[in-house]
Amino acid sequence: MNHLLFLPLLIPLATAVSCLALWHRHDLQRMVSLAGASALLLAGGTLLTAVRHRGVLSVQAGNWTAPFGITLVADLFSAVMVCVTGVMGLAVAIYALADTAPEDERQGYHPLMQILLLGVCGSFLTGDIFNLYVWFETMLIASFVLLAMGGKRANMEGAIKYVVLNLIASSLFLAAVGILYGVAGTLNMADLSRLLRDAEVSGPLPVIAILFFTAFGIKAAVFPLFFWLPAAYHTAPIAVTTIFSALLTKVGVYALIKIFTLIFFNETEAWQPYILAVAGLTMVVGVLGAIAQHEMRRLLSFHIISQIGYLIMGLGLLTRLSLAGTIYFMIHVIAAKSALFLATGMVLRLSGTTELKKLGGLYRTQPFVSALFLLPALALAGIPPLSGFWAKLALVWAGLETGRFIVVAAALLVSILTLFSMIKIWSEAFWKARPAVEETAPQSAPSLPGASFWLMAAPTGFLGLTTAVMGLYPEPFYALCLEAASQLLEPTAYIAAVLGGTP
Amino acid sequence: MESVFAVVAGVLYATGLYLMVRRSIVKTIFGLALLGNGANLLIFTVGRLTAGRPPYIPFGESAPLPPVADPLPQALILTAIVIGFGVQAFALVLIKRVYQTVGSDDVDKMTTTDTITDHGGIP
Repeated sequence: MNHLLFLPLLIPLATAVSCLALWHRHDLQRMVSLAGASALLLAGGTLLTAVRHRGVLSVQAGNWTAPFGITLVADLFSAVMVCVTGVMGLAVAIYALADTAPEDERQGYHPLMQILLLGVCGSFLTGDIFNLYVWFETMLIASFVLLAMGGKRANMEGAIKYVVLNLIASSLFLAAVGILYGVAGTLNMADLSRLLRDAEVSGPLPVIAILFFTAFGIKAAVFPLFFWLPAAYHTAPIAVTTIFSALLTKVGVYALIKIFTLIFFNETEAWQPYILAVAGLTMVVGVLGAIAQHEMRRLLSFHIISQIGYLIMGLGLLTRLSLAGTIYFMIHVIAAKSALFLATGMVLRLSGTTELKKLGGLYRTQPFVSALFLLPALALAGIPPLSGFWAKLALVWAGLETGRFIVVAAALLVSILTLFSMIKIWSEAFWKARPAVEETAPQSAPSLPGASFWLMAAPTGFLGLTTAVMGLYPEPFYALCLEAASQLLEPTAYIAAVLGGTP
Repeated sequence: MESVFAVVAGVLYATGLYLMVRRSIVKTIFGLALLGNGANLLIFTVGRLTAGRPPYIPFGESAPLPPVADPLPQALILTAIVIGFGVQAFALVLIKRVYQTVGSDDVDKMTTTDTITDHGGIP
C-alpha cells in the first residue's frame, strides 16, 4: 500500500519517456501527456485519501532502512500539494492542447513539462534533504529549458537572470546541506528532527538555518531576493508561466515550511520576527511593483511575489491556525493565480496584446472571458465569499491572536492594493472603450476557433470555480488544512512513520 | 589539513562571487562554476577528513574499525558534480544563444524585460 508513494514519481517519468520515444509525433505526445497528467491527478487523489485515513505514509527505496536509504514520505501537507500538482498538470495540459506553438512542441515542450512535474512531486514527497536538492535540480533544469525555449530576445534575457539566480540559490542550498551533514551526521529529515528534538546536536545551527532560508527564499521569491521572477516569468508562453507561477515558487515555500517546522524548530522566538518582517516586506513590495505595471502578465508576476508574502506570514506566526491558513492560502492562490494567467492567455489570443494601454472593450465583445477573469481576480483580492477571504481571515486572525499587529496591518493594506490593481486591469482591459488602432501598427484580427476557445476556457473556468467552491464551502477544506497543520507542528507521527517505533 | 581545505574553499567562493559581480555573463558563468566547486569542497571538509582509512570491513569483523573515512560526503559530492556539470553545460549554451540574440555579453544591455517605457508599455 505504501508503494502508492512511488506513483506520483513514476507516472510523470513514464510519460516523459513515452513523449521522448514519440519525438516526431506531436499529436501522440499531446495525448500521452494528457493521459499522464490525468493519471498523476488520480494518483495524487488516491494518495491524499490514503494519508487521510492511515496517517503519514513512508516507504524506503530498496528496503534500506531509514536513515540510511532513500526515503519517500507523505504527510497531509505533501499529499495535498501532490494532489494540487496533479490538478494543475491536467489543467495546463488541456489548455496547452489549444495554445502550444508548434515550434515549442518541436523543442520538446511535452516531455519537459512532465519532467518539471516529476521534480515538483519529488520535492513534495522526499524525506531526505539531499534528495530534495536533487529534485530541485530536476525541476530547475526542466524549467530552464522551458523558459529559454522561445529563443527570442526577451526569452533569452529572462532565462539568463532566472538561471543565474537559481544556480546561486542551489549552491547555497548545497553548502547548507553539507554543513548540516557535518553537524548532525544525517540528512534524513525525520532523523534530523529526532536528533535535534533530543538536543543531541550542537553546532552552527543558526548559520545553517539562514543559508537554507536564503536558498529557499530565492526560489520562493521573497523580499529582497525576488528580482529574477518579474524579469523572467512573463517572457514564457502562458501555459509555462502558469505552471511556474502555480508550482515552482510554492515548492520553495513548501521547503521553507518543512525545514522550519521539522528541523529548525528550536529558538522559534528568535527567528519569528525576521520571517514576519520578510513576509510583510514581500507583500508590500510585490504589490507596489504590480501597481506600477501596465502589462497584464508582468502585473500578475508581481502579484505572485506579494502572495508569497502571505504564505511566509503563516510560517512566521507558527500557530496551528496560521499554518492551516497558509496551506489553505496555498491551494487558493494556486487556483486563483493560474486562472488569472490562463484568462490572460485567452485575452492575448483574442486581442493580440496584453498591454493595458492597447486593450479595451473586452467586456462588450467577450463577456464570458471577462467573467473568467473577474472571478479569480476578486478571489485573489479576498472579496467574500470567495476563497481568498477565508485564507486571509485565518492569517489575520492568527496574527491578531499572537499580537503581531504590524504584519496584520500590512496584510490588510496589501489586500486593498491587490483589489486596486485588479480593478485597474478590469477597467483598462475590459471596461474602457477599445483605443483606436494606430495606422502604423495594423493589427491582424486574432481569432480563436470554437474548439480551441473551449479547450482554453474549460481549465480556466474550472480553476475559477474552485475558488468559488472553496469560498462557499470552506469547512471541509479547513478541516483538512487544520489536520495538516497539526501534523506539521507535532511531527511525532512523521518521525515514527519514517524511523519506525511507536509515536 | 582542514585549514588548508577551508582556505581553498574560501578562495573559491570569493573568486566565484567576484566574477559574478562583473558585467560579463561569461564571467558570471565561470563564477557559478567556482561557487559550485567551493560548495563541493566545503561538503568534503565538513564531512571530516580522514586520510588513508577507507571504510572497508576487515576479515573477521562485522563493521569497519574506526576511525574510517565517511563515504557519504563523497557520494554527495559526486552527485553534485554530475548535476553541476549538466547545469553548467546548459548555461554555456544559454550564454552563447544570449550573445547571439542580444549581440553583447554585457548584463547592463539585458534590461528589456525589466523596463517600463514612458508610455507605460514594453520597449
